[in-house]
Amino acid sequence: MAEALVELRRVTVNFDSRPVVDHVDLRVQRGDIITIIGPNGAGKTTLIKAILGIQPISDGALTMAPGLTIGYVPQHLTLETTLPLSVKRFMLLSGRSLQECREALGTTGVAHLLDASVHHLSGGEKQRLLLARALARRPDLLVLDEPAQGVDINGQAALYDLIRSLRDELHCGVIMISHDLHLVMAATDKVICLNQHVCCSGYPADISHDPAFIETFGRPVAESLAVYHHRHNHSHDLHGDVVSGEEGAHSEDGDHRGCSHAHH
Amino acid sequence: MPIIDAILGDFFWRALIGGLGVALVAGPLGCFVVWRRMAYFGDTLAHSALLGIALSFLISVPINLGVIITCVVLAVALVLFSRSKTLATDTLLGILAHSALAIGLVTLSFMPDIRIDLTGLLFGDLLAMSRHDLIWIYGGAALILGLLTMLWRGLLMSTIHEELARVEGVPVERLRLALMLMFSIVIAVAMKIVGVLLITALLIIPAATARRLAHNPEHMVGLAIVFGFVAVSGGLTLSWHLDTPAGPSVVVTAFSVFLLVYGSARQTQS
Repeated sequence: MAEALVELRRVTVNFDSRPVVDHVDLRVQRGDIITIIGPNGAGKTTLIKAILGIQPISDGALTMAPGLTIGYVPQHLTLETTLPLSVKRFMLLSGRSLQECREALGTTGVAHLLDASVHHLSGGEKQRLLLARALARRPDLLVLDEPAQGVDINGQAALYDLIRSLRDELHCGVIMISHDLHLVMAATDKVICLNQHVCCSGYPADISHDPAFIETFGRPVAESLAVYHHRHNHSHDLHGDVVSGEEGAHSEDGDHRGCSHAHH
Repeated sequence: MPIIDAILGDFFWRALIGGLGVALVAGPLGCFVVWRRMAYFGDTLAHSALLGIALSFLISVPINLGVIITCVVLAVALVLFSRSKTLATDTLLGILAHSALAIGLVTLSFMPDIRIDLTGLLFGDLLAMSRHDLIWIYGGAALILGLLTMLWRGLLMSTIHEELARVEGVPVERLRLALMLMFSIVIAVAMKIVGVLLITALLIIPAATARRLAHNPEHMVGLAIVFGFVAVSGGLTLSWHLDTPAGPSVVVTAFSVFLLVYGSARQTQS
């Protein structure tokens, strides 16, 4: 088996002794695109922050390949209006040469914005700028938190295509969070459905039939995504404790009553 | 050198040279206050300066040093308190700003043997600038400018996007501490010329004025320094001719420039 870029073993993150990320196992290799999906408050962002090293973990083990360079594309670039900043200056703050910055902007299709103010960019342009900023660092691992937020439908598909081609070009690993289930199912290698713990994981086609997935996202969503039959080899029981503190998760999905969890 | 001696022998020139030194560092630091929304925070630190003065007399250390230490301690306490999130940050700052000022005033009133010019400390005094103060100002300015140059990329990056900066290996927490140390120094050295109540104005107004015309962060810092120079020289001249208090005169000048720049910029836009 190839060497993992990042490996998580039973990683737990507690907020006030309440597990937000609960015993998660995850392994990312070069060339992987792994997408984390799950309802609001499922701990998706906390999990990738742990991977990024900016969220201390409470328990478990997180190992990184030595000398790993991570390219991070945050959810938003909300800039204070009081801070004047051009695209060029923002790119140069990565510490890379102007030439490298230009190339990265070209790769994500926003080279023409080099002299523009970051304040005047559209949502999609900002995401492409953030992606270029991450690329300029020549990452081994690309971590994206909802990269297609604020991007229109056509732009979303193009963005996921771009991420895939970047993976091929840089031969890096990719972990992303996404809400765009349809696009994710088409563009990703492996999906992890997170609801504090890993509800289910596998190839996109497989998990849309997973009972845990159906319970988390509702049957209509699952059916619209289902293209492949899959049988789970374990049963699920109600596990209310895990999500009892997560009011947001309940209001988001009406029928969500705590994601059931397999005990192996 | 007789010329330098003659200049430094004149209190107005001493005040002006000192004020320009303060404006030199108030420009870049003021930009960070504006960018990081730390106006209230700066106010709180400045208000605690009076407490620092009282403590300096109590334990007999140089006033500037006492103020710097008090401000740093308060700044660190603030950061730790705000992490616990039991009170909203602005409530916490509101409590500490005025309590620090009040405790400082009360403590000073217990020390009748020590004669200090309270109005001068609160609002600045043109006559109070000594050669010794000039050494503190320019020493502090050199230290701050050196630190800013060294830490510039990291400071700017953590201001733009803290998490992105962390992922890229910027020591965000240590830089926050460095920034607070720099604020404390600037408060200690600027206290005499503009007074503790108005220091934040000298930080914010030139930076806000510069924002109107700037296209990138460094450009804004340069302009903030220029507007700071204008405010200090204009204000001290005003104070000299009309016998107005130094601090308020500097702030009034800074505000006039602010109105002028925003007014004319609007005209050219429309």
